[in-house]
Parts: sequence; C-alpha cells; structure tokens
Amino acid sequence: MHELSVCQSMLAQVDAIAMQHQASRVTGITLQIGPLSGIEPGLLQQAFTLARAGGVADEATLLIESLPIRVKCQRCNQESEATPNRLVCGHCGDYHTHLISGDEMLLASVELDVDSQTRQAADEQTFSSGVKYV
Amino acid sequence: MCDTCGCNVTPGNRHLVAPGGKFSRVDKGKTAVDVLQNLLSENDHQAAHNRSHFDQHGVLAINLMSSPGAGKTSLLEKTIDALKNRYRIAVIEGDLETENDAQRIRDKGVPAIQITTGNACHLDAHMVHDALHQLDLKTIDILFIENVGNLVCPASFDLGQHRNLTLLSVTEGDDKPAKYPVMFRAADLVLLTKTDLLAVLDDFNPDQATQYVRQLASEAPVLRVNSRQAAQLNPWLDWLEQEVEIHRQCLARGESHRPAIQPDGARLHQHPLAHP
Repeated sequence: MHELSVCQSMLAQVDAIAMQHQASRVTGITLQIGPLSGIEPGLLQQAFTLARAGGVADEATLLIESLPIRVKCQRCNQESEATPNRLVCGHCGDYHTHLISGDEMLLASVELDVDSQTRQAADEQTFSSGVKYV
Repeated sequence: MCDTCGCNVTPGNRHLVAPGGKFSRVDKGKTAVDVLQNLLSENDHQAAHNRSHFDQHGVLAINLMSSPGAGKTSLLEKTIDALKNRYRIAVIEGDLETENDAQRIRDKGVPAIQITTGNACHLDAHMVHDALHQLDLKTIDILFIENVGNLVCPASFDLGQHRNLTLLSVTEGDDKPAKYPVMFRAADLVLLTKTDLLAVLDDFNPDQATQYVRQLASEAPVLRVNSRQAAQLNPWLDWLEQEVEIHRQCLARGESHRPAIQPDGARLHQHPLAHP
C-alpha cells in the first residue's frame, strides 16, 4: 500500500505548483504511469480520493495515462513491445535490451484555476526569472 | 498587454501557450502546467542528499531487499564475522516493529540503528536520513541498509544507496523473479540463499531462477550462498570486496555510482521531454 505515500508526495508537488501560480484551486492532475513503476493505477485512484481531501486539489480529477512497456535490443537494434516479466527482444529474443518506456511514474501536468490578473503576473514573473517547471 | 486579444503572446513565449505548452489554456480562467516530475521527487531529492553524504565520507551503501525470512539478517551476521577486521561496517535495520534485528547486529560488535516503520511497508530516503544522524559516517566503510521484508514496495524508493541486493531463499520458489519483476529488475546482485536446503527441495531450480532474472533484461549476477557455512559465503564476499574497490575508484575520479536500474526520476534528466 505505498500508493498512499506516492499520492501524498504527488500532492505536495501539486501544492507547490499551485502556490507558484497563485492558483485558487487545482482542477485536474495528469499522471503517466508505466507497469514497471511499481504503482498500481487503481490503488492510486483510491488513495487520491483520501489524500486530496481538504487541500488545494480537493475537487481535482485525476487522469492516469498508462504507458506501454517497450524495449530496444542492443543486439539487433530493433524496438518491440514487452511484458513486465519478459523484457527480452521481441524480434531476436536476446535479453540484452534497454527499457525505453514502461517504468514511468510522472506528474505530467496540472490544470489550475487562476484568475486572469494573477495569471499574467505569475507568467511575467516566470518569464523574467526564467524558472522552468521541470 | 491585455488578456483577451492575444497581444501578450510573443514569439518568445508562443511555444508556452501553444497547445500542449506550459501555459496553454484549457478553459476560461484555467491554466495547464506541464510538469514531468517524478511522483517521488521529494524522496529522490532526499536520496541524492543521502548519497552525497555517503560519498563525502567514502561509505559504500548497500540496500538489502527480500521477502520476510529470506535471511537478510543472518547474511549480515555472517558477513560481519567474515569482514569486520577488514572493513568498518554499520547497519540500518528496517522493520515494522521490534529492535530484534538491530540487537542481533550489535551483538556482533558493530553499530546498528533500528528504524521501526509502524505500518509502513518500505524504508524511504527521509527515514534513512534520520537514522544517519545517529551514525558517525567518518568511521564507516560499508553501510548495509536492511529494508523491510517485502518484495513489492521497497523497489520503488531510492534511499541513496549505491547498490541493490535482492535475496531469494530457495524455499520461496524459483519463479519469484517472474512474479515480482519490479523488485528483481532493480537488483544489482541476486543472492539465492539457504542453498543447503536444495538437497531436500526438489522443486527449486537455481538455473530456472537465473533464467527468470535474465528475462527481466538483467545481467545481475545470481549467486548461491548458505549463511550456515562460512565457505559458502565466498561468492558474495568476493562481490562485496569488488564493489568496495569499484566505489573507491569512482570516488577517486570524483564520480558517484548508483544502482544499475534507476527509478524514472533519475533518468528523466536525460529525457527529451524534460526540457521542451
């Protein structure tokens, strides 16, 4: 059940982003989760309904995009789909592969409710300071 | 500049408000911010801090993971017996409850800090950091972090360690790497433990276990050990000494090293999406 701690960590980041943009509330959160991240999307959704209560994301919707597992073979250089416990090359069968997708646990984007004045001020501040949200 | 006719959009910031850009507006009064941060970035930040502490003091940190009862503490006891005259060893023990494991280690004459997690199923970088305050890193060569016995959650949390060790006891079944791919994929070394029992267990095939590890695209060595016989720990002790040496060489070059498989956050810095 570490989905709850993952969720709390995610909401702490969302809080910081909302504060940075002087947003009154968060309306949507998009995550990208791969099967090899160790996170179960269904459990994360459940944890989210508990963890968001009382915070700036109290009424936010959580969208979880599942990413496929893909590997690139070091021997034949081809890419193929794979499954969590079989990450060998789908073309030549070699196990010397690199995972190119499937272990992501990313906070992809946050949708904020910001009134236009504060947004413009925050935007200008962002541009002048060169802050990037990465 | 106003906010209605678009005159505040310039060539310099157009990419930010274009569809998919950082400030593309979804609805009136709403802003979408692209982030692309690891969900555990708070933990990862603390882990990087821990790792730099270790590196500063020349400490090699090894994270031990397995199911409960696979023999992590027994392995550490025998390892301390074998190496305590050559290396200064310390242990951080993670368990839901009790000081039992830390006491077993202290009985061997090395410092041990017990972290009791309550109901938490894994250690995280903050817990380890708190424990580090109770250790004098200047007096340590190898720090073992014995994670909570669990083949699921510990794999997702970077603690700042340099290497991951996953134990699989032969009583558990040789298909555990296929059942718990996230955990076994994270291993830099897999130890098959309690191999003295292979004589009476005809359903555990060590080669099959190795094969399942390979199917995770892992080149990690899969070694067989038995903590009850000192001589049968040699493959593990050799690996450990080699790692101490690799660590020293890395530090001498001013580099740090990390487990071969990284949680997504570490990789993100090279990800093309991270800096659009």
